[in-house]
Amino acid sequence: MIYLRRQLPLLITFVMGVVFAGQYYVPHPRSELMLTEVTKWLQIIGGFALVLGVTSLFHLHAVKIRRREPGWGYSIVLYAGMLGTIAIGLWVNGKESVNGAMTAFGWIYSNMMVPLQGTMFAILAFFIASAAYRSFRARSREAALLLIAAIIVMMGRVPLGEMLLPVSGDLTQWILNVLNTSVRRAILIGVSLGAVALSLKIIFGIERAYLGGGRE
Amino acid sequence: MPFETVLGAWVATGLTLFIFTFLYQDNPLFKLAEHLYVGVSVGYTIVKVYDTVIVRLLYEPMVKQGDWSLLIPLGIGMLMLARYVPKIAWLSRIAFAFIVGVGSGLAIPRVISSYILKQVEDTVRPLVSLASEGGPTFTYNLLDPASNLNALVLLIGVVSVLFYFFFSVEHTGPVRVAARTGILFLMIAFGAAFGYTVMARMSLLIGRFTDLIEFADPRYGRASLWLLVATVATLIVSSARRREQPPGGG
Repeated sequence: MIYLRRQLPLLITFVMGVVFAGQYYVPHPRSELMLTEVTKWLQIIGGFALVLGVTSLFHLHAVKIRRREPGWGYSIVLYAGMLGTIAIGLWVNGKESVNGAMTAFGWIYSNMMVPLQGTMFAILAFFIASAAYRSFRARSREAALLLIAAIIVMMGRVPLGEMLLPVSGDLTQWILNVLNTSVRRAILIGVSLGAVALSLKIIFGIERAYLGGGRE
Repeated sequence: MPFETVLGAWVATGLTLFIFTFLYQDNPLFKLAEHLYVGVSVGYTIVKVYDTVIVRLLYEPMVKQGDWSLLIPLGIGMLMLARYVPKIAWLSRIAFAFIVGVGSGLAIPRVISSYILKQVEDTVRPLVSLASEGGPTFTYNLLDPASNLNALVLLIGVVSVLFYFFFSVEHTGPVRVAARTGILFLMIAFGAAFGYTVMARMSLLIGRFTDLIEFADPRYGRASLWLLVATVATLIVSSARRREQPPGGG
């Protein structure tokens, strides 16, 4: 039983890891078909992973309502929003529009989700501005450099900035295309090396955290 | 103007204003909109996943096309739910092992090819070009990302930033100089990323304000104006009630 509980998952990880790492080097139609199929499979399995997340959210708010914890009324709002959207979405088969006409599900998307999402991200502009005021004071050479780069890019992205500082547009392009690219590239190389090392550790059973704890 | 359009304008305006109230302080209107946002987003995702996974990837290929091989991912997916039954919770490890194994296997060659070798190849470019007459030439145009000067700057940037993150050798002597140069590059990149993000958020903010201005039109029943008055009034009442409550009184 210990074998099934601990060794079998490690064996599956090893076999799958080796097979799909090798698949890259086999340019045969069957190999390509296998990749297409397994990509579809991963999408299907990922759908079940959503069930785990949603169940956790359901449980968390159900407990809040049952215990009448502070703010439990908002949990009812959350439930109402979620169940209402699901009911309407399933009623129209998940379609936002039918023959060019907006469905009730599309109405929820356009008039609730889009404004809520847009405003949530938009108010970050204010918080970023206040954070910048507190942290952007040029206390050192490095901080001054960060401040100058940010100002140039901000000015270079709007017509008013380019009018006030004509060179800001070109300078912005240079910063983004050359300086920013070099840093992104270095970070990408570092992260990728880490990802490859982690993948190898997973395949060879050195890294097992993904299996979780609990009973052997 | 159709009724659902006007209703949509009122709902969108109300929710937008409710979220904006957070700029004043945390309050019941913001919390209401915040929880509604989470609920609607989760509901929307569930419907989309149901439509994509259950209907298009499972039901239709299996029932209409007879592709019963899809029972395998269905079974693996079901194993994930075994987490809820303590006695067989370990079965969910098989599903995780499958996903992690396939993901790791797929990642190794693709990451090495696209994110390491390709990036190194694009970084290590010739530092001089051949002119039409055949002799070597060095181009200085900063605005041309492919110029030799920019190739040199890119190379210095990538190498110095890699040195900054390389902790296997002590940062002293020439390594310290390289690492310090890396910091300068990093600071410029962080500043640029910050500036870019601020302008993206500003763009969203302008979009929201554009909608609010449009919905202040009489065709929409002056939704923005009425709801602004209602929101401000609610905030005043809410603040007054909060002040009346004794500290720690919930």
